[in-house]
Amino acid sequence: MDAASIHSRLRDKFADKILSVEESVKDPFAVVDGAAIRELCTYLRDDEGLSFDVLTNQAGVDYKAEGHVEVVYHLYSYKHRHYVILKVRVPRDAAEIPSVESVWKAANWLEREIFDLLGVHFVDHPDLRRILMPEDWVGHPLRKDFVEPEEYHGINTTRESLLR
Amino acid sequence: MSLVNSFSQGVITTTADQFLNWTRKSSVWWMLFGLACCAIELMQTQGPRADVDRFGAAPRSSPRQSDLMVVAGTLTLKMALRTKVLYDQMPEPRYVISMGACASCGGLFQLAYSVCDGVDKVIPVDVYVPGCPPRPEALTEGILKLQEKMMTETWLVRRPAVGAQA
Repeated sequence: MDAASIHSRLRDKFADKILSVEESVKDPFAVVDGAAIRELCTYLRDDEGLSFDVLTNQAGVDYKAEGHVEVVYHLYSYKHRHYVILKVRVPRDAAEIPSVESVWKAANWLEREIFDLLGVHFVDHPDLRRILMPEDWVGHPLRKDFVEPEEYHGINTTRESLLR
Repeated sequence: MSLVNSFSQGVITTTADQFLNWTRKSSVWWMLFGLACCAIELMQTQGPRADVDRFGAAPRSSPRQSDLMVVAGTLTLKMALRTKVLYDQMPEPRYVISMGACASCGGLFQLAYSVCDGVDKVIPVDVYVPGCPPRPEALTEGILKLQEKMMTETWLVRRPAVGAQA
């Protein structure tokens, strides 16, 4: 099934939850309402004609100028061999999205990474801890306004580099 | 008077320091501490082709049995704290080889928010081995350089504590 027909099926089922679709780009995507993401993902996984059984990737992007953080879901169906990309936009200062860990277990670590690096809180995630940065790290490094601390536990983090 | 041929066979003369240093440098047990891709070259160095075992350098899996820590790879800030703990667990005399660009200065990743640019910010380093990653020959050379350094130590003279004024 191509992206346009997947999008139209989603529109039929969740009319007001699909905020916009972009089909003229190389990787078509749908921007959806964050509050409904779990419901939507469960439908995408369980529907016979769609059966998106794999979350191939889940990533986050910080759009500081636009004032939102975007979480991107890349889904794939081994059965039908089709893809779909969903995007969720949440405000930077109140970044909360329902977790899809209950839909695909693969989301567990991916959501932990997005939480760690971008500070998006995934509601109902069973184990939302930092995964890459140290447990006592302050801030989320991939936020555009992240300021690196001068030192970490006595280790000077000022870089001596020609690039600065 | 020359000492050559003045004793019967099987006797050699040396100084106590030199003898102690010789025994010490002939059994440099290094800790398995691979952090990134340098660890692959570290394994090759131990393997049959480079074979640092012929210099007495054998791998150990515990810091408590090791004389040498080969920091092989990118040191993240998260790992830096653990590296300090591992170093503290090693019995003295202990030595550190910083293997590769990442361990020496952060290398390619030195501007990354999560990377400690240089293991010498955390623990003292004896030998720096350049390369990205260094070939087994380079690391072998590093161990030989460390052995040269070990031969200059004086164990029978009380040394000032680290950080104390001489």
